[in-house]
Amino acid sequence: MRLTRRDALAALSAVGAGGVAGCSAPSAARDDETTTASDANPPELGEDELETLVALAAVLYPSEVENAAEFVEAYVRPRVRDRPEHGRGMVAAIETLDEYAENLEGERYAALDAAAREELLAYMAVDTADPDPDGDDDERVRYYLVNDLLFGLYASPTGASLAGLENPPGYPGGTASYQKGPE
Amino acid sequence: MSQPDRTPTENADVCVVGAGPAGAIVADRLASAGHEVIVLEAGPRFDPDEREERMETHLRPGDDTPIWGMGGPRDAYTSGGERLYPLNAARVKGVGGSTLHWQGMVMRMHEQDFRVDSELGVAEDWPVDYDDLRPYYAAAEEALAVAGASDNPFAPPREEPHPMPAFPPSYSDSLFAEACEELGIATHSVPNARNSEPTDEASACVGYGTCRPVCPSGAKYDATRHVDSAQEGGARVVDEVPVQRLEHDDSGEKVTAAVYVTPEGKEYRQEADEFVLAAGGVETPRLLLLSESEQYPDGLANGSGAVGRYFMDHLFAGVGGRLDERTRQKHVGFNTTESHQFYDREDDSRGAIKLEFLNYAGPAPADIAMGADSFGDDLLAEIREGYGNHVAMGALVEQFPRAENRITLDRSRTDDHGNPVPEVIWSLDDRTRRTIERANEIQRAVLEELGADIEWVVGPDATGPAYHHMGTTRMGTDPDASVVDADLRTHDLANLSIAGSSVFVTGGAMNPTLTIAALALKAADAIDARL
Ligand SMILES: Cc1cc2nc3c(=O)[nH]c(=O)nc-3n(C[C@H](O)[C@H](O)[C@H](O)COP(=O)(O)OP(=O)(O)OC[C@H]3O[C@@H](n4cnc5c(N)ncnc54)[C@H](O)[C@@H]3O)c2cc1C
Ligand code: SF4
Repeated sequence: MRLTRRDALAALSAVGAGGVAGCSAPSAARDDETTTASDANPPELGEDELETLVALAAVLYPSEVENAAEFVEAYVRPRVRDRPEHGRGMVAAIETLDEYAENLEGERYAALDAAAREELLAYMAVDTADPDPDGDDDERVRYYLVNDLLFGLYASPTGASLAGLENPPGYPGGTASYQKGPE
Repeated sequence: MSQPDRTPTENADVCVVGAGPAGAIVADRLASAGHEVIVLEAGPRFDPDEREERMETHLRPGDDTPIWGMGGPRDAYTSGGERLYPLNAARVKGVGGSTLHWQGMVMRMHEQDFRVDSELGVAEDWPVDYDDLRPYYAAAEEALAVAGASDNPFAPPREEPHPMPAFPPSYSDSLFAEACEELGIATHSVPNARNSEPTDEASACVGYGTCRPVCPSGAKYDATRHVDSAQEGGARVVDEVPVQRLEHDDSGEKVTAAVYVTPEGKEYRQEADEFVLAAGGVETPRLLLLSESEQYPDGLANGSGAVGRYFMDHLFAGVGGRLDERTRQKHVGFNTTESHQFYDREDDSRGAIKLEFLNYAGPAPADIAMGADSFGDDLLAEIREGYGNHVAMGALVEQFPRAENRITLDRSRTDDHGNPVPEVIWSLDDRTRRTIERANEIQRAVLEELGADIEWVVGPDATGPAYHHMGTTRMGTDPDASVVDADLRTHDLANLSIAGSSVFVTGGAMNPTLTIAALALKAADAIDARL
């Protein structure tokens, strides 16, 4: 299954960044690209950080997803840019994940093999952690990284379609799909 | 940044307290009739551009920021009585009021609802009947741009079609319809305050599926539409100015001012010829109780002692389970089929029941993913197992008014302005419990006919409120037993009206807001005639 650019946009629209795919909201004029006070210091998502996210997506996403790297990049970059506060939380959580990898395995997260990546998540207890933006390491990694990537995939039409839902909550997929029967 | 002007309007004809649908509709009507109107709203004006972010907060676990800012010292309350009442989940304070969060189902009450005493010997009749309200219902449907059809054999008579076509039934509705037909239960469409077609004001529904608590597209009606229209008609709508109390003249016959506080802590008096209290079914009685004076030691407009009493809500009853086939849930966040077959009561043994067939049973794939312990292919297998074949029915169940269910002041606790917080005293009686059981019985029968494995039942013990606050300033002809008359004017004060479900005498089992809108229009007519 290939994730399209439309999926990344859809996922972004679902999470409130970027343009609103397929939805006109006359009362919500988007002409002012509001800059908030915190924008003075926008977070940076460098190549290394992106690599960490792609490596993490390789663990989280099912093998049916073919082009996770492109999808992650298309999804995450505008998200970090448009929501600086959230972006800062992501960047900090990436740092945390890489620190654990360095301390335990002597390498960055992206340099680990598939089994070691998954083991590290289990070691940190990210798999069972409750997501919490202000929580401990495992809770922040769960909130900012794991759940961001899972939400990005499974709130997009292609991702949710893996389970038979082409118009998931958060995606403005119109009012025809709910009337249709199963294929 | 400069603060908006929050000083009083000079020479105001009308002062409205609260910018939910009740207040906004009254303000809109009276402004367009040429009157000088000011609306005082306790909560903020929310930025429509932030709706998508609110949607994410709602869809994702972990961030506990309240979607519409409810909670904290401003909204402190006490839940007394036998049943916990989660008040801050049940309302929104801000321009638009609770319709920012609502679901948007809007139906007319039935003829029988207005005369349960005459017909069944329970509770009291309303001082108005369906025929009195019928033109106002038509106008309210127009105002809320209701999408509906005339296919409901149980609905009260109507002349006009709804302003917009109904949303067609869902795939799962068709499964339910078959099962219901076997059981002799008629199903029909649901009137929705949600654009099935684009209008000048908003786009058609685009299927975000998060209607409750936030519709990013604005296709779901909320009262900001009437606030905007009122402002275009010349009304002033001032946010973040909670009204602290109403003051009256020496004779005790007229309200002279609404006293409010700005975010900077400045206190002002807004004078007007007419006052409309539209602060919701909890804050409206609270404000009257807080406005106690030497002359009115039990609170304003409370000669009857009924202010705050007879608090009612609708109860939820539900049954859910799974089929061994796909049910196509979670595409949209609203329902398209109901049955009102069990609505009217044969006798006094039970209250009204409104049956709903849900389009959003079970979790969505992303819900499962974000709470799972597994990743990768194992996670996808878990999601495929968890999404796809859920079905569920809900119901609203009537609760008759009882004086002991009430909103009162908890004098042991104060809000951020030093006012005693509201205490919600709420319990269920046996008739309500029996009605919930009856709803469950019907729901079980339908799900069994469908061949579902039933996985959960919400019955009389697990039930909760539907967040419809009714009865606390009831309407009536007798000043000793009711708070407002048939024109929604208080018996005690000649220039004070109340808009909202607090005036309901009984609650039926229909979601209340269409009736709130109809009564708001009726109140506006009466005020216009007096001005
Ligand atoms: C989750 C949910 C789902 C719902 N679904 C439906 C549905 O499907 N159909 C339906 O018919 N109804 C539904 N409702 C109920 C519906 O939202 C209410 O009936 C409706 O909003 C009531 O309108 P109102 O104007 O009387 O009060 P509100 O909408 O509550 O507005 C009252 C306003 O008054 C303001 N206020 C309060 N105190 C003061 C003060 N002291 N000074 C100044 N301002 C004050 C508040 O801040 C608020 O903005 C739902 C409610 C909830 C919470
Ligand atoms: S499904 Fe609900 S949230 Fe989505 S556009 Fe329609 S009304 Fe709005």
